[in-house]
Amino acid sequence: MSYLPFVLAAWIFLVGIFGIVRSRHFIHLVVCLSLTQSSTYVLLLSIGYVKHGGAPIFKDVPLGTKAVDPVVQALTLTDIVVSVTVAALLLALAIQAKKHAKTMNPDELRPVRG
Amino acid sequence: MDVLVPLPVAIPLLTAAALTAFGYWCGRRLDDLIAIVATAATLVISLLLVFRSNDHDLVYWFGGWKPSNGVALGISFTVDPGGAAVATLVATLALAALVFSWRYFDEVGTLFPVLMLVFVGAMCGFALAGDLFNLFVWFELMSVVAYALTGYGVEHAGPLEGAINFAVTNSVGSFCILFGIGFLYARTGALNLAQIGEALAGRHADGLVIVAFTLLVGGFMTKAGAVPFHFWLSDAYAVAPVPVCILLAGVMSDLGLHAIARIYWTGFSGTLTAGDIRPVLIGFGLVTAIMGGFMCFLQRDLKRMLAFATISNIGAVLVGIALLTRSGLASSIVYLNTNGLLRGAAFVAVGILVRRFKSGDELDLRGRGRRAPIAGVVFAAAGLGLALLPPFGPFLANALVVDSADTLGYGWVPPVLALAAVLSAGTILRAAARIFGGLGEAKDPLFSHEPEESQEEPTDTRRVSQPLLWIPAAALALVGLGLVFVPELAGHALRNAGRLVDRSAHARELLHGVPPPPAPAPSYSPSAAAYAYGVASTLGALAFAAFGLYRRRLPIVLRRAAARVADRPVAGLKALHSGVVGDYVAWLTAGIAVLGGAVAVVVR
Repeated sequence: MSYLPFVLAAWIFLVGIFGIVRSRHFIHLVVCLSLTQSSTYVLLLSIGYVKHGGAPIFKDVPLGTKAVDPVVQALTLTDIVVSVTVAALLLALAIQAKKHAKTMNPDELRPVRG
Repeated sequence: MDVLVPLPVAIPLLTAAALTAFGYWCGRRLDDLIAIVATAATLVISLLLVFRSNDHDLVYWFGGWKPSNGVALGISFTVDPGGAAVATLVATLALAALVFSWRYFDEVGTLFPVLMLVFVGAMCGFALAGDLFNLFVWFELMSVVAYALTGYGVEHAGPLEGAINFAVTNSVGSFCILFGIGFLYARTGALNLAQIGEALAGRHADGLVIVAFTLLVGGFMTKAGAVPFHFWLSDAYAVAPVPVCILLAGVMSDLGLHAIARIYWTGFSGTLTAGDIRPVLIGFGLVTAIMGGFMCFLQRDLKRMLAFATISNIGAVLVGIALLTRSGLASSIVYLNTNGLLRGAAFVAVGILVRRFKSGDELDLRGRGRRAPIAGVVFAAAGLGLALLPPFGPFLANALVVDSADTLGYGWVPPVLALAAVLSAGTILRAAARIFGGLGEAKDPLFSHEPEESQEEPTDTRRVSQPLLWIPAAALALVGLGLVFVPELAGHALRNAGRLVDRSAHARELLHGVPPPPAPAPSYSPSAAAYAYGVASTLGALAFAAFGLYRRRLPIVLRRAAARVADRPVAGLKALHSGVVGDYVAWLTAGIAVLGGAVAVVVR
């Protein structure tokens, strides 16, 4: 089994985190967060990958046919749903920030300190 | 199989769905009433589950997919008294919050009770879930609802910033959890916690297991608000509406710790030995307890003050879990429940002040609280309870830690915990004395600035002293203080902790349906040393409160010396809590790295 997908997942995760840390714009922040989350898709799918395995649909196929792991695919789907929810919520908050606080920069929107 | 098991989740979620569909036509009061009734039903059922699971765990396999030959294909709820007690705490606090918000808000949409109900259902699901991925799903559900509830007052900058920081930091934490789950699944092919535990048991903990453990614990510590994952917490709790704060501070943080305890004992205890992991977790717990207490002292905004008190308490609960003994685990359950109720009560008292005087600022409110005596009594009682006053709940929990730490050779831990209690509870008592007694000075340059527009200010200033505001406060405080008088509370907590700690027997029970050997509840009474710690920390908290009030009457020489020592660290600590989400995520990453490095060093 190749290590490449795991390295790729870790790389995407770290790049995403770097983006969040450096972010100066809410939209940029949300995109970075979604990017970070996509590293989990890569990880989960590569865990369930089976070489030469087909889709995990066990209808009209002989017993013992190779297939990729359906559990991690279900996990990935759930994960995508979560990601969309969080992104939508954050974007809604970003709109409110623009409307009421007149800024899209996390640095300027910080009444709570110390 | 017990039909009651899924109900604490099903009732709130179904009610929330029905309210979303039809609530608009029902009118506000009917909506509120339906939500209150549903929460009360959840409370009763969770309480029943505590008693029913007292002798053996209740395992509910959804759709009847029971495990065969120790392989769990289905999804389960696993109810032990600890988990059911947490669900009960959730429902209790939610009930108080909903009753309180009846009069607290002048105007609140149908969405508010709906979100609160979903929050309750998700937290109950999190407390009862028996497999890792469900834990993750409930975790996400409760997080997303919590972000929305925190940002409920979106027209102000404070709630916006708090909600965004909360959402981004916790999302990163949840990715870490998901990575950990993925690694564990790759290694064991299982998602059920007990089955993971069986697969890992007896093997050497290699890099993959260490990384998975680190990511899971780090992720849940982010939710709990342990240092250095805590920065979002003080921002979010300071700006959320008070009824939401009751739930956030009362129980959501503790849920993360509850998950750490269950994951360690059911999943990892067969491969990572307690002696190795103990110092790492204790370190995180103590730093959290002290740092929370210290930051608490620097606050003048009452909600932010209570948020840091929450962090300090979280540290203490974490130390209980980190002892990785039966007593430690029992202590964490007692601590989490009693402290949660007391913090909830304190938040309700703050809510009464905000509603009445349109301010949540300690200096602003100096002496004005005399006109709200019930809030004052509740606030002070919560402070005294958190100061480990014998014989109340937090004292009992601390006593379990004291007695367990001594036998482990960690005798230096209880004094540090007592110091943390002095710092945080002393600050609460200081605020109580200043607001409700008019004591102390009117200005203090040490305090952090008040966050502007932090409140979702109720618009009308009518005199509101309706019982619906103070009954929840008094009830939470009374239950929180009175819980300790439940007969044999410590004994039952110890016995049930013992069941979780015996991993292989627990796994046999969950996966093969073999009931555990019957164990009598041990009797427990705190030792003299525990009483000494309790009395000392209570007196210390009172003295610290007086110090906070009359600091500037100390001789000038002393004050100058103190300023030389303390000024820089104080300024540094304040600067750390910068309110910028990027910084928080950087700290989170650093925290995970430290945690992972420490675990790797102690295991090798």
